[in-house]
Amino acid sequence: MTRQIRYLSPTGVLGVGFSEDHFRAALSSELAFIGCDAGSTDGGPANLGGNKPFFSRAAIKRDLRILVTGARSIKVPLLIGSCGGSGGNWNLHWVREIVQEIAREEALHFRCAIIESEPPRELLLRKYREGRIRPLSPAPTIDESVLRDADHIVAMMGAEAYVAALDGGADVVLAGRSTDAAIFAAIPVSRGFPPGLCWHAAKIMECGGAAVVTMEKPEGMICTITDEHFTLEPVSPVQQCSPLSVAAHALYETADPYRMLEPGGEMDLTDARYEAVNDREVRVYGSQFRPMPYTVKLEGASKIGYRAMVLGGVRDPVILEQFDAWFGGLKAHIAENVEAVYGPSIRGQYEIHYKIYGQNGVLGAREPQPHRIGNEIGLLMVTLAQTQEVAYAIAGQAAHMVLHHSVPQWQGLLSNLAFPIAPHFWNLGEAYSFVLNHVVELDDPLELHPIRYEEI
Amino acid sequence: MTRLRDIAKLIRTKNAGPFQLTLDIMFPDARSYEHVVASGVISKPSMARFFGVDEEVVKLFNYAPGNAIKVTVPRLVTSGDPADTDLFGGQQFGPLVDLEVPPLP
Repeated sequence: MTRQIRYLSPTGVLGVGFSEDHFRAALSSELAFIGCDAGSTDGGPANLGGNKPFFSRAAIKRDLRILVTGARSIKVPLLIGSCGGSGGNWNLHWVREIVQEIAREEALHFRCAIIESEPPRELLLRKYREGRIRPLSPAPTIDESVLRDADHIVAMMGAEAYVAALDGGADVVLAGRSTDAAIFAAIPVSRGFPPGLCWHAAKIMECGGAAVVTMEKPEGMICTITDEHFTLEPVSPVQQCSPLSVAAHALYETADPYRMLEPGGEMDLTDARYEAVNDREVRVYGSQFRPMPYTVKLEGASKIGYRAMVLGGVRDPVILEQFDAWFGGLKAHIAENVEAVYGPSIRGQYEIHYKIYGQNGVLGAREPQPHRIGNEIGLLMVTLAQTQEVAYAIAGQAAHMVLHHSVPQWQGLLSNLAFPIAPHFWNLGEAYSFVLNHVVELDDPLELHPIRYEEI
Repeated sequence: MTRLRDIAKLIRTKNAGPFQLTLDIMFPDARSYEHVVASGVISKPSMARFFGVDEEVVKLFNYAPGNAIKVTVPRLVTSGDPADTDLFGGQQFGPLVDLEVPPLP
């Protein structure tokens, strides 16, 4: 019989849920490991910069309890990548504590590897000075101050960190920021299966069962890799993979459907072939992996200030039919009012971002039909300032100015905004920005990712 | 008049990381995919105009295995910045839904 390796990805992202029954039914002695991606930058820079999880503690704990007990019941490794969403140290240890709590509650004992992914800044500065931190395209411009002052910088680990943790005897691997595919490519590649197949399969498996024809709710996928091909089978008995659904998955959230950069090489799917095994399983041949100098991607987030917001609706047709002229005058009026309170030194020290829903709130200046306004407009105003107090005060002023801004056709005191929520302006807390889209060249794949073990 | 929505089975945009936006136009079969590719309505110049970027930074892929056209551009505003209007980039395709295309033969 041809040799093979089989593994399970229970869901696309930890915390989004999956059917426990289908998961338990998929557990078998044939599985080599269970992996789950927990990461995303979709939540924005505050998740990394401000130590915020992508999903709630309750949602993460629910999924983790099923995964930890399931993996221990069949004694296979459980690999969780990009813990806590951003994979920053705070986020990683937040997940580690949840795992410890589950182990106590379930009376489980195992060896847990914790792989941090926030490199020491001195090391990054040295790499930068050596010219070994390079921009991806596009990337923000950086200098040493970005590397020194960013609130958090994570390096996306490759497959080697997982392999090293397992070599160290880990039953459960909790990893900081990781490429999604590294979680699933690690074990198959280390066992000598063809890297092209391992990485391509991993790129699909990191999304759980998303490569199915119709995904009604998140479920898992089982992958079997041989020396010639890999096969995908949805965990849910009612879901199906088709050659088209699997091929189309190479489009999802990728910049290029043929080539994807990973630490230590590039996937090349140009020659991949997709073939139906039956009405729900698909087999893939021909995917390649081209080794390249070892680099890992850096992500960073920096605090840029504090925000507050106002949300209100305009329904007065007299305003709507002259909205741009009315609103243009209003912006200048708000600026004057802010300076009246804080003095001219406030100029340039704050921003107000206007999102005008019903006009161009989604596309901004790209909106081809900004004059096609309907019955109402939703006005979102977000202020940004160097302190929360000032951001909040300006939001309050802006709300008041819009509320009473004059309309030439009306006489007397106006109330121009319908506020759906009381109070009508709120603090939004710290604001962050993504400041890195770079790679760093490494001498050793484990250089930035120390592994620690804990007996739980 | 035939519009893109009449031929495509899915038109979507999404972040490809916080600094790029990617558009996928997916077709139900090879015939409709090849028809729209051949029509030339989705081109680097037209997509540069649509996304408000220079033509040199537009990446366009005709992806036959998925009956899909993919276009990736740099985001005008980084995801999650105060000026950003679409954190996930999920609604940036809007006007393309009604893009006029030659009718299927």
